[in-house]
Amino acid sequence: MAKVLVKGNEAIAQAAINAGCQCYFGYPITPQSEIGEYMGAHLPEMGRNFITAESELASINMVIGAGTTGTKAMTSSSSCGIALMQEAISAMCCAEVPGVIVSVMRGGPGLGNIAPAQGDYFQAVKGGGNGDYKTIVLSPSTVQEAIDLTYRAFYLSLKYRNPVMLLADGLLGQMMEPADFGEYPYKDPDVSTWALNGADNRPARNIVSLHMPEGELEQLSNRIFEKYEKIKKEETTYEGFMLEDAKLVLTAFGTVGRIAKSAVLKARGEGMKVGLFRPVTLFPFPEKQLNDVAKNADMVLDLELNQGQMLLDVRSSVFGACPVEFYGRSGGGMLTPDMIFEKVKELYAAINKTKVGVK
Amino acid sequence: MAETLVYKRPESLLKDGHFTFCPGCGHGVVLKIIAELIDEFNLQKDTIAISSVGCSIFLEKFFNLDVAGASHGRSPCVATGVKRCKPDKFVFTYQGDGDAATIGFNETIHTACRGEHISMIMINNTNFGMTGGQASATTLVGQVTTTTPKGRKAELTGYPLHAAEIVAKCDGTAYCARVAITDSKNIRQAKAAIKKAFEAQLNGLGFGFVEVLAACPTNWHMTPVESVKHIEEVTEKIHCLGVFKDVTVQEKV
Amino acid sequence: MKDVSVIISGFGGQGALFAGILLCHAAVVEGKHTTWFPSYGAEMRGGAVNCCVNISDKEIPSPVVDTVDVVIALNDASQKKFENKVKKGGFMILNSSLSHIPTTRNDISYIKLPLNDLAQKLLQPAFINVMALGAFIEKTSALKLESVIESMKEMSKTVSAKKAALLPNNIESLNFGAELIRNQAVVV
Repeated sequence: MAKVLVKGNEAIAQAAINAGCQCYFGYPITPQSEIGEYMGAHLPEMGRNFITAESELASINMVIGAGTTGTKAMTSSSSCGIALMQEAISAMCCAEVPGVIVSVMRGGPGLGNIAPAQGDYFQAVKGGGNGDYKTIVLSPSTVQEAIDLTYRAFYLSLKYRNPVMLLADGLLGQMMEPADFGEYPYKDPDVSTWALNGADNRPARNIVSLHMPEGELEQLSNRIFEKYEKIKKEETTYEGFMLEDAKLVLTAFGTVGRIAKSAVLKARGEGMKVGLFRPVTLFPFPEKQLNDVAKNADMVLDLELNQGQMLLDVRSSVFGACPVEFYGRSGGGMLTPDMIFEKVKELYAAINKTKVGVK
Repeated sequence: MAETLVYKRPESLLKDGHFTFCPGCGHGVVLKIIAELIDEFNLQKDTIAISSVGCSIFLEKFFNLDVAGASHGRSPCVATGVKRCKPDKFVFTYQGDGDAATIGFNETIHTACRGEHISMIMINNTNFGMTGGQASATTLVGQVTTTTPKGRKAELTGYPLHAAEIVAKCDGTAYCARVAITDSKNIRQAKAAIKKAFEAQLNGLGFGFVEVLAACPTNWHMTPVESVKHIEEVTEKIHCLGVFKDVTVQEKV
Repeated sequence: MKDVSVIISGFGGQGALFAGILLCHAAVVEGKHTTWFPSYGAEMRGGAVNCCVNISDKEIPSPVVDTVDVVIALNDASQKKFENKVKKGGFMILNSSLSHIPTTRNDISYIKLPLNDLAQKLLQPAFINVMALGAFIEKTSALKLESVIESMKEMSKTVSAKKAALLPNNIESLNFGAELIRNQAVVV
């Protein structure tokens, strides 16, 4: 199929439709309203469901309803709206309800602003909800990847009966570039063994998140954490760019990853051995893969549009293999290729100086 | 002499699903009514029940039905999601006043306005039962609860919310009533009302809502008998019984 | 072809964002890599808006750039805001109908086009954003004018009949903008 020019938000919406998403429930918020608008324009005429819900609380709980029937459903929102969904996301993990949540981050905290930002890494990856749980988090850096990861989100969500969050930022949501939709590439698992559709010739089923009997919740917790271990083993992905001989390794997720790529190219142009490690899955985080890279590097520089959130995962992955520095902007400020390049130049010089000192 | 079967436990209740409610509590009565109706409509194989938070939560312990759980106040949303995906299934929510009329009243109203083809049963015992009897939105002025130890004062916390009257105003509501289960006659009327709400869904008319005034003797610090008397003499004066909307009747007019 | 980056800026309603999308679309027609990203205020009308477009034969890593080859400023506020964003040796297209403030750099060149005044001569309504785009294409040879026209035709298939009826106006505006450069009928 030929490439078409498409806006990030609309690409996500169309990809969801291609993935077989039967229901969209959402509440408008900038910078992702195009997703709801696109769904509103297309789903009803396809005989699928679209509801502008009364709130994000309602949206995500409608997704839960759809998910308990084994139906592919999605909601989308931005920062403060995603905050309202956290209780339900926790419940989905506990009750093992599938569903896709698209989070197009804006500036925060509070109502913040509508500029691109990455301040919701913790919210997505560490979970703003209660209890022990993990949301699978996928982080696209291009419109093409937004399509591919939307497909993957629906698949993983059904495969593991766990919510999957597509974590994008306002820049990716609002930008346009050519992309190829292709076709939904996955074979979805059978849901008939667990989905609710009436207790017809089988024992009644329940999908609930309250487990009062002694030991029941602990048993459940152990079981879902075994599942998370399997997810870590089988689903972790990242992009490595010019890492083979990299002395300074940049880490960045989402659009910052591609901005950093420009800085890497510029640095390489000046003979600096710089590479980029971009996690595509934020949970599961590519811990071992980053550690392997860090062992051969002199320094890791983590870049984010926040005050240092993924930094914690980067540090724990590097695990002392080399020093980790951080450079970020927050509140809607944008990192540019030149800003990153200047930081790279400064740190690269420092690395070499230290080495000379050792000699 | 051949025995005549005069009563049979509903198939929609689990055989070993013994109710665990306090003596005099209204939940058991209403759950049994619901189970009987689902049997009567032969819907047991086609029902998905949505539980809520509070004493209304443990549906899967009592019902021989598929059950989806919902967080506090969100049962109508979960029900909406289920019904939209499975329009040929029978979907109802079972909630209390702390859930449907307090934390989740926004969802209640919007679900009614959308005219979702679901049925919603709200037990109103004018307090948060499971958490120990705190004041809810429907608590009566003057009612003593653990958060209003000297009685609810209107000048501090306002007035009780009349859920059924408000839901009746929503255009998507097909049937809406408030009933009580204080005696056999009332229980029969309650069953008739819930049946109407179910029929509204089954006939594709829209949203059905039944608010059931029920006793909470433990938190009211009354005996079951006193509680029933309290509903008749006090609660019903504020939360009046009646059918507030019935599109099948209006159509006939 | 050399990579090209351009910022198109104006106030809401001048069509800065649309001109950028059109440019991107034409780049896709030519099989090039391209990115477009917008920036705007909270207002639905009248706020300051701009978009940044990159066109390249190679994959474009960062859609965000520090400096651009060209800035198209459709009003004075845009001129002020983006004058320092132009790379040394680059140029600015200024709408001298709406911008009378002095230029401040001598390491870039300026093309001053009284777009709103010139638009009066054309089929009405005429479009200053598309006129500026025509001038940009002609000046940079970043893409072929025909590709832009093909894009306009493609896009007119997906919009309302009322908007689609304006296709001839758009084509005339584009060609007129290009002619301004070709005929060097402007103060440079």
